[in-house]
Amino acid sequence: MESDFWNRFLKNKMAVAGSLVVLLLFAVSLLAPWIAPCDPSAIDLTQVLAAPSSAHLFGTDQLGRDVLSRMIWGARISLKVGFVATGIAILLGAILGAVSGYYGRWVDAVIMRFVDIMLCFPTFFLILAVIAILEPSIWNIMIIIGLTGWMGITRLVRADFISLKERDFVLAARVIGASDLRIIFIHILPNAMASILVAATLGIAGAILTESALSFLGIGVQPPTPSWGNILTAGKDNIDIAWWLSLYPGLAILITVLGYNLLGEGIRDSLDPRLR
Amino acid sequence: MLQYVAKRLVFMAPLLVGITIICFSVMHLAPGSPTDLQTQMNPRASAEAQARLRAMYDLDKPLYHQYWIWVQKLAVLDLGQSFSTDHRPVADKILERLPITILLNCLSLILILALAIPIGVLSAVHQNSLFDKLTSVFVFIGFAMPTFWLALLLMILFGVQLGWLPISGIRSLNYEYLPAGAAFWDLIKHLILPVMLSAFGGLAGLSRYMRSNMLEVIRQDYIMTARAKGLSERAVIYKHALRNALLPVITILGLSIPGLIGGSVIFETIFAIPGMGQLFYMSVMARDYPVVMGILFIGAVLTLLGNLIADVSYAVADPRIRVS
Repeated sequence: MESDFWNRFLKNKMAVAGSLVVLLLFAVSLLAPWIAPCDPSAIDLTQVLAAPSSAHLFGTDQLGRDVLSRMIWGARISLKVGFVATGIAILLGAILGAVSGYYGRWVDAVIMRFVDIMLCFPTFFLILAVIAILEPSIWNIMIIIGLTGWMGITRLVRADFISLKERDFVLAARVIGASDLRIIFIHILPNAMASILVAATLGIAGAILTESALSFLGIGVQPPTPSWGNILTAGKDNIDIAWWLSLYPGLAILITVLGYNLLGEGIRDSLDPRLR
Repeated sequence: MLQYVAKRLVFMAPLLVGITIICFSVMHLAPGSPTDLQTQMNPRASAEAQARLRAMYDLDKPLYHQYWIWVQKLAVLDLGQSFSTDHRPVADKILERLPITILLNCLSLILILALAIPIGVLSAVHQNSLFDKLTSVFVFIGFAMPTFWLALLLMILFGVQLGWLPISGIRSLNYEYLPAGAAFWDLIKHLILPVMLSAFGGLAGLSRYMRSNMLEVIRQDYIMTARAKGLSERAVIYKHALRNALLPVITILGLSIPGLIGGSVIFETIFAIPGMGQLFYMSVMARDYPVVMGILFIGAVLTLLGNLIADVSYAVADPRIRVS
């Protein structure tokens, strides 16, 4: 079973490409202090908005800071936001979906109505409204993206639980006297892990996109902390003179999100070829 | 049919109540009380004056009571007054900006439909062809594209480098002096980029959905029957298959409404379009809570309405839904 998965996964060129992108992103984030050519916050007013050159491969921003170095440090932010926000969403979604699918009846009805209500709100509106009240900071952003992104996972886990709870191994566990909590988390949940893993990978991609859009609008990660989104803000302010500020950070977002999406779809196809 | 619509309406009622509860809770997440803004900056505001102000806004009453008062006002679209210096009613501020946002979203929905359906159908009918492969590359890139970045790039290309399209606002400064035809063209030119971009995200999703739908339908028995009785391939695909593959698209359109409305914040801000999205962004920056909450509520209600319209149109198009 496991070797089947790896066989299929490694044959899927797109999935391998996706995982390479994700691994590269991990490496860049971990090694940021050593591979960044300059200090990301070193201001050099003699080099304001300098075009790409051998000294500054991706040019400099409005304060003369090296764009490449800021992007390398920005990779850390993307990684952090992606994982923490998705972690929160998965935790909430898995627990609510498990409880909803396992107990059914009114518990299910209440949780599903709550999901329906949350889905009525344009997510971006909800995030912005909460940010208007709390301070925009990286932690608040991660928590809010997580708290507004659990609904899909809840539905997914619930559907898995509804079919899994009828299986014999659940009956067997109940016969030997296992508690509900034990059945839910020890027996059934591991069987739903596959779809959770896929949703998590795709969720990270979504969280990175949302964070970059928020930072771009100036309500996400706050300067001077570098993030791909807030470098693009400077790109918009200097749209007619400094194209490099707009081009490279966006390309980084596109490639990263593409990488996570390809990885997620690759995992899904390899877990169950019938789903293709 | 009427019975079906009534059933949907009854189903929507608890959702509407839930929406109001969530809006109300978000509002009360705010640290301190809304009156702090008016009193903290004013050293002369005595404790007694503050208490009076709190009473004026019903803040001295228990939460459930405050909620009830708020809901009663909502029912007559009284969303309170803006905190900004003009102190205008929130409902007025939103309603005057709503038409342009709805216009933009409708235009991009039409564009999505007009492009995604042919793309999806063609790539399903010619599965694994070059066109199909190019489409799937486009779909993957579409899903991963930060659309605000694409907006920046297109602004640089068409606005700054080529100078073909304006990059901000919905009309030129000399709009009022233009003859009718030129004025209309001016409006179109301003709308091209925003509409194209807000359609972009939904386009990828819908064409992929349309493709898999079509692939599924083509494998059905009645398609084989249609072919077996000698119908032309054209009639089989565009009459028998397409009609059935189109049905679920109605639901998907309904589901894509919150994304479109949410996206309007980004596009209206980037292109300086005076719609509800831009008002929302400005109010968030200015911490104008009544406006923020008003738009949050309106946005959710619009989504709910969109879903209702989608449900009802589905029932019109597919009689099976009405019966079951």
